[in-house]
Amino acid sequence: MKYFSFFLFFLLFLNCKNPTTQESLQIIKKESKRIEISNKLVLNEETEAFIQPYRERITEEMNTKLSYTPKLLSKKDGKYNTPIGNMMADAVFEMANPIYKKRTGNTIDAVILNHGGIRAEINPGDITTKTAYEIMPFENEIVVVKLQAEQIQAMFDYLAQAKRAHPISNMQLVLSEDFKILAQSIAGKPVDKDSVYHIATSDYLQNGGDHMLFLTQPEKLTVLDYKLRNLLIDYFKKHPEINPEKDQRFIER
Amino acid sequence: MKRKEFIQKSIGTGIFVGLSSYAFSSTIFTENTKHVTILHTNDVHSHIDPFPNDGGRNANKGGVSRRYSLIQQIRKENPNTLLLDAGDIFQGTPYFNFYGGELEFKLMSKLGYDAATIGNHDFDNGIDGLWAQMPNAQFKLLNANYDFSNTVLDGQIKPYEVFVKDDVRIGVFGLGIELEGLVNKKMYKETQYLDPVEIATDIVKKLKTEEKCDLVICLSHLGYQYEHDKIDDLKLAQQTQDIDLIIGGHTHTFLDEPTVVKNKINQDVLVNQVGWAGIYLGRIDFYLDKNTKTVKSASLGI
Repeated sequence: MKYFSFFLFFLLFLNCKNPTTQESLQIIKKESKRIEISNKLVLNEETEAFIQPYRERITEEMNTKLSYTPKLLSKKDGKYNTPIGNMMADAVFEMANPIYKKRTGNTIDAVILNHGGIRAEINPGDITTKTAYEIMPFENEIVVVKLQAEQIQAMFDYLAQAKRAHPISNMQLVLSEDFKILAQSIAGKPVDKDSVYHIATSDYLQNGGDHMLFLTQPEKLTVLDYKLRNLLIDYFKKHPEINPEKDQRFIER
Repeated sequence: MKRKEFIQKSIGTGIFVGLSSYAFSSTIFTENTKHVTILHTNDVHSHIDPFPNDGGRNANKGGVSRRYSLIQQIRKENPNTLLLDAGDIFQGTPYFNFYGGELEFKLMSKLGYDAATIGNHDFDNGIDGLWAQMPNAQFKLLNANYDFSNTVLDGQIKPYEVFVKDDVRIGVFGLGIELEGLVNKKMYKETQYLDPVEIATDIVKKLKTEEKCDLVICLSHLGYQYEHDKIDDLKLAQQTQDIDLIIGGHTHTFLDEPTVVKNKINQDVLVNQVGWAGIYLGRIDFYLDKNTKTVKSASLGI
């Protein structure tokens, strides 16, 4: 018992306000303890045996090799765009587009994710299912929003103000040293005032996460029922080796 | 750190009383004295295995099978034990992603949980995902302030349950957090959130008068404390009466000891929460008697 973090307390209850409740039970003392579940407690063998088959299947699946990368991929590796962020946004563009096209007949014009949503680094070597769980532990899923030109402008303004390597795909943004927009384009073309754009993102951001408010009032919202983690797993399976690079998609000149 | 400041401030205002400020006094037990033990967890978040031995802060801590060993020890000591959970059973390890909560519910049943409430993450596979796992739960899922009438859970979730241990009638009810803005609506569907204070007031009245409960416990997933006026466990305790213990969750608050809050008729309410991930088990012992004879400044009998 000595390893338990211990606390005891006693309270005195004097109930004299209502004589009719004299016969009911009264609390005369309370004690409390917070007990740590430490490795000094023995494992319950029957419970362990019950968990074991579940555990084994997960371990096996988690260690399955999906792909390979020759280098460390970190979200710190770049000011406005990073290899890992580019890989994630490009993966969404590549994997979500066929589904969106099949569902709606339209194609995705560009992708925006958030820098904070990259939850881990990828070490050089084998990429496993576990890697996908580490970089994307949440259940976020891919949605596509149909946006007007002015909402697209709000997106570029947001990126210019945020000055963060939010992952983007199939669009370009060039800032001056004092963060003015020098050039912006989607699929290599300037934003057309009379066009609508189909932007893929996560449900988290579409709901206003990271204050990406330009995503919250779309003309149309399509939920792909495709979790970002599963999308990455499928992307890794499709590409036996990945070696993303930092590029010119979001830069300062 | 924050909590310490909070308690100091609170003592200043006279609203809350830190437990440690109580003078020790002793109570005389008679042969009629009843003893019930309440064990509790919250926000276990699918942490079935202990944290890995990786040098991290929580290395080697937690784990369901060790928790079971501890619970068995305590039950041997006092068979009149209730085992409760304050929600967010699901989500946090691949066990949930792979099996959808099946193993969590099966293990809680094996450990002999009596009741649990529903946390926001318990909707992570949608209300249908929760419903699908209910056959694996041999314990009561309790919630009083979600109206499930137009959902698959209609009639499946009781607002409260009365347990009898050592002839003590213990009323346990559940309260959940507002889901809008926290959980995607397509997950909780037509679940309606009702005001926790109003609901608690009604339920407690029923537990005290109709159900003749000696002890009232609230399993809450509201959260321990918010700066703004969002309802939390401390506010709930202050704004109600006749709740003896609030077992909280959601905010992953590690309390060394329960906070004592004065309720609206100046009774003491214990508010407790034990962090997350099954790193700790909370234990609260209640001794009850028809006798309230006490002797001050006697030595401790523990």
